[in-house]
Amino acid sequence: MKRTVFFGALTVASIAAGASAAATLDDVKARGKLNCGVTTGLVGFAAPDANGKWEGFDVDFCRAVAAAVLGDANAVEFVPTTGKTRFTALASGEVDMLARNTTWTLSRDVDLKFDFIGVNYYDGQGFLVSKEMGVSSAKDLDGATVCIQTGTTTELNLADFFRANNISYEPVPIETNAEGQQQYLAGACDTYTTDASGLAATRATFENPSDHVVLPEIISKEPLGPLVRHGDNEWGDIVRWTLNALISAEELGITSANIGELSAAAGDNPEINRMLGTEGNLGEMLGLDADWAKRAIMAGGNYGEVFAKNIGESTPIALARGLNAQWKDGGLIYSPPFR
Amino acid sequence: MTTTTDPHQGQFRLSMLLYDSRYRSMTIQIVALIGFLMLIGWLLSNTAQNLADLGKEPGFSFMFEPAGYDINQRLLDYNSQDSHLRASLMGLLNTLLVAAMGCIAATVIGVIVGVLRLSPNWIVARLSAVYVEGFRNVPVLLWIVFIMAVLIETLPQPSAFRKGEASMSLWDTVAITNRGVYIPEPLFSRSLGDIHLLGSSALRFDVSLDLLALLAVLIAGILTSVLIKRRADVIQEATGERPRTWHLRVGAIVVPFILVLAVLGFYLGYPELKGFNFKGGTHLRNSLIALWLALSLYTGAFIAEIVRSGILAVSKGQTEAAGALGMRPNRTMSLVVLPQALRVIIPPLISNYLNLTKNSSLAIAVGYMDITGTLGGITMNQTGRELETVLLLMLVYLTISLTISAVMNWYNESVKLKER
Amino acid sequence: MSDMSYVRSEMLPERAPPASQIGFVGWIRANLFNGVGNSILTILSLIFLWYILSALLPWIFAPTWNSGSLNECREIFGADGGHGAACWGVIRERWVQLLFGFYPEAERWRPIVGFGLLFVALIPVLFNMISRRMNWVLLLAVLGLAGLYLGGALGIIAGLLLLGAAGFVGFKAFTTSKEDRAAEIESGAKRLPNPFIFSAIYPFIAPWLLWGGSIWLPVGAALGFVVGYFAYRFLAPVVGSLAGLIIAVLAALIWWLLLMAPMVDQLDALFTIGEGPGAENLLALEPVESRNFGGFMLSITIGVVAIACSLPIGVVLALGRQSDLLIVKALCVGFIEFIRGVPLITLLFVASTLLNIFLPPGTNFDIILRVLIMVTLFAAAYMAEVVRGGLAALPKGQYEAADALGLDYWKAQRLIIMPQALKISIPGIVSTFIGVFKDTVLVSIIGLLDPLGLSNAIRADQDWNGVVWELYGFIAFMFFVFCFSMSRYSMYLERRLRTDHS
Repeated sequence: MKRTVFFGALTVASIAAGASAAATLDDVKARGKLNCGVTTGLVGFAAPDANGKWEGFDVDFCRAVAAAVLGDANAVEFVPTTGKTRFTALASGEVDMLARNTTWTLSRDVDLKFDFIGVNYYDGQGFLVSKEMGVSSAKDLDGATVCIQTGTTTELNLADFFRANNISYEPVPIETNAEGQQQYLAGACDTYTTDASGLAATRATFENPSDHVVLPEIISKEPLGPLVRHGDNEWGDIVRWTLNALISAEELGITSANIGELSAAAGDNPEINRMLGTEGNLGEMLGLDADWAKRAIMAGGNYGEVFAKNIGESTPIALARGLNAQWKDGGLIYSPPFR
Repeated sequence: MTTTTDPHQGQFRLSMLLYDSRYRSMTIQIVALIGFLMLIGWLLSNTAQNLADLGKEPGFSFMFEPAGYDINQRLLDYNSQDSHLRASLMGLLNTLLVAAMGCIAATVIGVIVGVLRLSPNWIVARLSAVYVEGFRNVPVLLWIVFIMAVLIETLPQPSAFRKGEASMSLWDTVAITNRGVYIPEPLFSRSLGDIHLLGSSALRFDVSLDLLALLAVLIAGILTSVLIKRRADVIQEATGERPRTWHLRVGAIVVPFILVLAVLGFYLGYPELKGFNFKGGTHLRNSLIALWLALSLYTGAFIAEIVRSGILAVSKGQTEAAGALGMRPNRTMSLVVLPQALRVIIPPLISNYLNLTKNSSLAIAVGYMDITGTLGGITMNQTGRELETVLLLMLVYLTISLTISAVMNWYNESVKLKER
Repeated sequence: MSDMSYVRSEMLPERAPPASQIGFVGWIRANLFNGVGNSILTILSLIFLWYILSALLPWIFAPTWNSGSLNECREIFGADGGHGAACWGVIRERWVQLLFGFYPEAERWRPIVGFGLLFVALIPVLFNMISRRMNWVLLLAVLGLAGLYLGGALGIIAGLLLLGAAGFVGFKAFTTSKEDRAAEIESGAKRLPNPFIFSAIYPFIAPWLLWGGSIWLPVGAALGFVVGYFAYRFLAPVVGSLAGLIIAVLAALIWWLLLMAPMVDQLDALFTIGEGPGAENLLALEPVESRNFGGFMLSITIGVVAIACSLPIGVVLALGRQSDLLIVKALCVGFIEFIRGVPLITLLFVASTLLNIFLPPGTNFDIILRVLIMVTLFAAAYMAEVVRGGLAALPKGQYEAADALGLDYWKAQRLIIMPQALKISIPGIVSTFIGVFKDTVLVSIIGLLDPLGLSNAIRADQDWNGVVWELYGFIAFMFFVFCFSMSRYSMYLERRLRTDHS
């Protein structure tokens, strides 16, 4: 329920009575909008265009969830969050889910009371250096000045890496990716370290991308995934299986182009039928209708399509699938079966 | 206000709490107090309830766990295995450092520009006005990021020195790069070493014996010089003639100081390009310089206005009266105009120092690791202890502010016009 | 014998001063080169100016207005591009976003009209030399222009009517002199209503314009004040002023908390056509959530709301600080010193991370509303000090005169003290507003998309990745225009107030 109360003209306070522990699904349905936390701006993952429309890899996942739950891929309010504010925004119920390249760690899962519902991007922390420095390994970086984004796990990894290898460095903390890029390009730091995907995205926008390389060492595992609040398992299931639906869709060859045809009537493949609701009642089990997965996939395409559109090799960011290829192609992207 | 002087008749009635001016103020105060306590209680119970729902238990034990992150500018020794408490201490020292540097620079800039604004030279006065209005009317955060961007984009990077595209300034002693400025550092070849205080606790610090020795000699020299002046005063009282003492007084301070420096083997360590960066020397990082410059230029603009109005506030008659008494212009300035102008200038000046200190919390915009960047930034983010860290952060700033306010009040009290 | 002495019998004709003393040359000699020190200063200044301008002007006047991305700019300027000259395409493409954030395009007239009406509402407060009729001319003109801007048959007709009314009143105002008008009023001609009425209504209109929703909400909120006023009016003579005040506040609270919502629902139902999701409320604006606010609109909204809300709180705090009631005084001093002792950024951290924890479980304010609350508290502490300054500047005779007239505390404050104290405080209030307005850029640190936060989001767009100076320059310029004009106004006001009182 939403009731707007006026305390005089002094505070125009819309108090959305949002129970933080349970029934996120009901809240979202009553509100008619999904509140999705994204970054304040990271090339390829989430950024607003000139018309204020958000675009990117994480953004498309939010849209898929909105399409599955509400039937409208545009029924999303994007809430920009910083590294500092993201967890509070989720814990306080300001956002229903966070799709903001957040690393799945034990302490965040357990201590901060969140549920990571899966991994939508396998990442790792890398180093970007210019070719003319003649560095071929991160271990050659003794005494280097390192630009690093604060408020992330990367600064802890960095400290660990240099301590373990017993080499010195000078950290230059920066607040946003744009600043990191500026400092790196101007030579105020020798190397810029963050998630390798972010490095590739940043490098892609350079004037001469070929002058810069990402070093081979990946010093950490950074499984990035969407997360929801601890304790509301129904809602967590919906978000988890929306992600799985996108992944399975790619595996099963369901694309936004052929989905209309495939969902029109039950076909030969029982798993496709179950997923698209022409057979069985999986949607009902989730508390949604039968077409939920179809809508999610139609919102932005399957996992592969979303990847290709936002960060894939045809985009300026040109990320290879690598670890994020389907398991059949030697990657780690794997969805449990729809059964 | 109504006051009743005749003795009150009759018994105490409940309505008197509201209508009798003797009781009313008491009633209002008690109601206010109860209301306040209820508000606090309400907030506390909400907080307890919410924290319980989130499964968090408030406490400060996390401050003693290893911080895990590195800090580039540290005034005391620190590594990533030290506790969050020590990391916060590093931040606090950095805050105090930039605040102190900023206050000094802002005062210098403010006084110079304030005087220049009153200059008869049209172009100088105009330029000063443009500076003052330009800095006062644009948010300080914008200036901080802007100056940081200027430093990064316009200064040469260390590799330019290697390629010979840039060279060190001031006879190869200072390196100005876009990673900061490297200046020579004082070193001692026959150093006395350090004493380590407070063992290995989070508050441990080292005191350089060299510095202590120098300080001791300096203080002794100043005391001697004061003694010499006293003696000269006595002689002047007695004989009417003042002996020439300035060379003795300067010597008493300088000679022992230089001697101690020589004994300790004083020399300057110059920065040198080694590997990726300059090594040696003192490294003033870009973030410090940008923050320092922006804060002092911004606050300097306000101080310039204060100085200008302070000087204008001393009426012209004062100067003329001093002239009529036969005072020379510089004596007029130091004995008549300045003391009166300072009375107007100092209180707003100190409140500007306060603002500067508070504005230094914007350091996180350029990655300067002050207390907001360490305790209120990385520590808060890594531990997820928002309540505790923000409370601590507020407490720290409040302490700094109240200390500065106390100084201000003390000064105001001491220069108040004593009306007789 | 002739008279040896010679006395000229008529004045010599005045001669022009030497060429070096007058005109341009003379001015330069007198102002720039009247001494060695001054000459050196002048030359240094000129070199400095040349250095700055020769770097800045070519950069600013770059023909890049139509470029669509940073790469296009680089093509225009070759390898050096992007730094050697400005890439203004980013401003052309994003200036609307920098001004309005994500406010829906079709609804942008609302903040514009709200901003225009803000000036109209402030005019009787700020420029009391403008005549009553001119105030109404301005109000009608702004409303008329809004109608035209909206377009549509209704909008144009209404706009033309309003403009016509403005023209009619304006024409009469111009053609009748002040004296004639005074005589007219003397002889019983009807005066136009006091424009302060509009200033009082504005705080209810503005939120409705910005946030949208049913018109009955602001009407209901305003009715609460009416209820309170009448309760006070009728009860105060019976039960005394303090009890009357308490009852009035309670009555208003009961109205707002219990009675208003049903009334709003009933009235909404009355004006709603259709059923279910397709229903259309005739008297409602499209609701806009505050997280769609951004850019300068967000800065202005935060600044104006914080100052408007902090004024009453500040007055109460200032009175509390001056009062003889020890506990009340201690509470007020504690609050003021606490807020003034911590940086705004920590209060914003409270807004972004803690405020929800302090409120009852389940409450969830929008982040912008939380920021509004904290910035209001922040501004209130500074406002309290400004008002205290105003109170202290009043001569003691005013207080004593009020006592001598037998006015009680509240009446004395309302009729004698506050009108004067607030009037002297206006320059201070304007400076506080400038400060708060500038401080609103801090919200970018907690992830709100104010101009500075938006500049980061814009740089995350692939087309504009790497653009720095143009965005900072544009934002700084806009802030300068706003703040400089306000500070000039406040100085003008200070001068006028000084002459008023001497």
